[in-house]
Amino acid sequence: MATKQFKLPDVGEGLTEGEILQWLVAVGDTVTVNQPLCEVETAKAAVELPSPWAGTVTELLFDAGTMVDVGAPIITIDVGGDAPAATGSGLIGETNANGRTAVLVGYGPRTTEARRRPRRGAGPVGTPVVMPVPDDAPPLLATAPDMRTKPVRHGGLEVGRQAEAAALSEAAAPAREAAPGRRGPRPLAKPPVRKYAKDLGVDLATITGSGAGGVITRADVDAALSGAPVAAEMATSAPVDGEQRIPIKGVRKATAAAMVASAFTAPHVTEFLTVDVTRMMKLRARLAARPEFAGLKLSPLLFVAKAVLLAAERHPMVNSSWDEAAQEIVVHGRVNLGIAAATPRGLIVPNIPDAGRLSLAELAAALGELTETARAGKTAPADMTGGTLTITNVGVFGVDTGTPILNPGEAAILAFGSVRELPWVHKGKVKPRQVTTLALSFDHRIVDGELGSRFLAEVGAVLHDPASALAY
Amino acid sequence: MTALPETTELVDPVPGAAAPHLPDQRGVDTVQLLTPEGDRVEHPDYSLDISDEELRALYRDLVLVRRWDAEATALQRQGELGIWASLLGQEAAQVGAGRALADTDTAFPTYREHGVAWTRGVDPLHVMSLFRGVDNGGWDPVATGFNLYTIVIGSQCLHATGYAMGVQRDGAEQAVLAFLGDGATSQGEVNEAMIWAASFAAPVVFFCQNNQYAISVPLERQSRVPLYQRAAGFGFPGVRVDGNDVLAVLAVTRAALQAAREGQGPTFIEAFTYRMGAHTTSDDPTRYRLASELEEWKLRDPIARVKAYLSRSGAAEPQFFDDVEAEADELAVRIRRGTVEMPDPAPTEMFDHVHAEQTPELAAQRAEFVAYRASFEEEQ
Repeated sequence: MATKQFKLPDVGEGLTEGEILQWLVAVGDTVTVNQPLCEVETAKAAVELPSPWAGTVTELLFDAGTMVDVGAPIITIDVGGDAPAATGSGLIGETNANGRTAVLVGYGPRTTEARRRPRRGAGPVGTPVVMPVPDDAPPLLATAPDMRTKPVRHGGLEVGRQAEAAALSEAAAPAREAAPGRRGPRPLAKPPVRKYAKDLGVDLATITGSGAGGVITRADVDAALSGAPVAAEMATSAPVDGEQRIPIKGVRKATAAAMVASAFTAPHVTEFLTVDVTRMMKLRARLAARPEFAGLKLSPLLFVAKAVLLAAERHPMVNSSWDEAAQEIVVHGRVNLGIAAATPRGLIVPNIPDAGRLSLAELAAALGELTETARAGKTAPADMTGGTLTITNVGVFGVDTGTPILNPGEAAILAFGSVRELPWVHKGKVKPRQVTTLALSFDHRIVDGELGSRFLAEVGAVLHDPASALAY
Repeated sequence: MTALPETTELVDPVPGAAAPHLPDQRGVDTVQLLTPEGDRVEHPDYSLDISDEELRALYRDLVLVRRWDAEATALQRQGELGIWASLLGQEAAQVGAGRALADTDTAFPTYREHGVAWTRGVDPLHVMSLFRGVDNGGWDPVATGFNLYTIVIGSQCLHATGYAMGVQRDGAEQAVLAFLGDGATSQGEVNEAMIWAASFAAPVVFFCQNNQYAISVPLERQSRVPLYQRAAGFGFPGVRVDGNDVLAVLAVTRAALQAAREGQGPTFIEAFTYRMGAHTTSDDPTRYRLASELEEWKLRDPIARVKAYLSRSGAAEPQFFDDVEAEADELAVRIRRGTVEMPDPAPTEMFDHVHAEQTPELAAQRAEFVAYRASFEEEQ
């Protein structure tokens, strides 16, 4: 039996890594040439990788969800026969029958070390070979931790000469700073990791890389973000006498601080409104059949969000903040609509910036993305700041309503209860109708009872009769 | 292949949504001879007399070209090609245009014209070697009447127009077919080429495959009018043809090339089609296109309609389709093996094909490079 290993290729132009999203085959499966093996997401696209050979899968080398370097073997396939790769498969990194080592076009495999061959003797061979390197030659590849790994890839002869000069001076001064953790003017990290850190607001200069040559990895960024080496968010101690002690930290700690601050600074008032939303639910079914909403999730929350945005446009004071220090009320020009989300890490409130300018379809897409990101635990801190008005969808847990506590700094929060079929007086008769309860908490320093009531009534009116939005 | 820019910027997911005042681009004045359902229809200006044998040959072209494309896409995903620009969905436009050429005509392709290359007798492996990065295009443009692929968007239109003006000065009865995409119509070179072609009545036909997207930018962002109407502004005829109808493309292109040979000057053909795949293997079309749009275009498949017509009219037996499938599989195996086994070029080869005759500077550089490489110890 002969096995071959398929190495993660560079499916874009110049990619260095990819995440295995899912495996489409399992150990023991028989595969044919070009049968999709797995789905891989790179910085550019999510693509399926087809099998280069027919055979039987004997090993999956990475779990789904793992970030894998280009060039690393990801799957082992038994291709039958007993002469291992005798004909040469052209597989990346493998040496073919013709003596050629196949590499991805333009990019060397990362797992094999591209070590530079030593020069013969010291002097020049033949006619003009080595030109003197000027003393003021710029340092080579300031971002590369090890000159020997990629001397020729960045510009041919000239770079090769510089690499040589640099290697010589390195040899002459062995007492230089140890390689791991060595810092150039710019911290070492791969572009996707740079972006990841940037999105999370983490400064790479503050991190010590744990990767080869001091390169900062994704895990390092995660660790820096949580302020400690990565650990489970809700780590608990073992129960003692039936009592369990859970350290207060992370999202739980932040939530607690925010709730206490909010509850004891902003005088809360909560009002309730029960509405017949049958028409809204019918509209939702009609819209779902339209092509522009294909693939989008049309949840009742979407319509509540739209109704809130419409009402907030007419009552901008609801979308404002109390600035204690300046003794001013800040009326926000745009609605950054916060959506409270239950995540594995606890309650978080990411927001949709300037949600008022979005069409219904765009809002649906934004909501879908926001909840998906939150559920996956990938919400960036930047997405959780700057909210101006919040909706909490307690209905998804099957409860009718609640008295929500304001997100600190905001003037109003709407709780949206479950939509149930209830007996309801409709056109003079008791009919089964789809009914929900809305609860609006507002900061009474900014929003008076009258404004709060109007706002809530308008949200309810749009949900009761979506056509009434035309009148706005 | 840095000239194939990679754009991930999100544009309006609904084409034309930002400009609802634009005319509906579909269905206007489009020449069609074979409907998506496989019904043969007539057009007053473009009739086509075609034998069953020719029809079967076109079908074979379409299937083989699609199979080649699928294999190349897979090979890229397996790390065997640096990049691949898929023609999926545009087979009829390319095969129809390619088969309209006379042997003496010359075509100037972009980097996606694999179907035209096929009709000109270029070995698929020559095209594969280009995308594998082992050469810069290995076929003979003179022998095949098929110029080398042009990566820079639109510049081949200038080459084609200049070549056509040369043909004109030679007094030869030849036509030139310049390929371009919808995005290229926004390029300066393309507009200059059309102005020159019009001014000199050059024997060139501009064949634009409007596949609806310039990478991620929808056509509506490129033009306020249907593209074929632009020809009027340059002063030559423009015609829109159903780019997924191989018969209509063949008839329209044949007529335009004949007009060019007869000294009637250029024509602009807009082959209205759709790129079913990604712009290149580095692109993710789901970021800018809706799945529903793709579904709609699946119903206009260029191959299915020919198959339907062939079987319904009795022009082909079921065995014929099986034979073509088998031939396609053989072709795929040949392409796969040939690609994977391609030897790497010698490092010095980069000096050898820059000029027809080696310049002293280049010869010196080559010698220096050879000596430099020889200065290393042998690999252990």
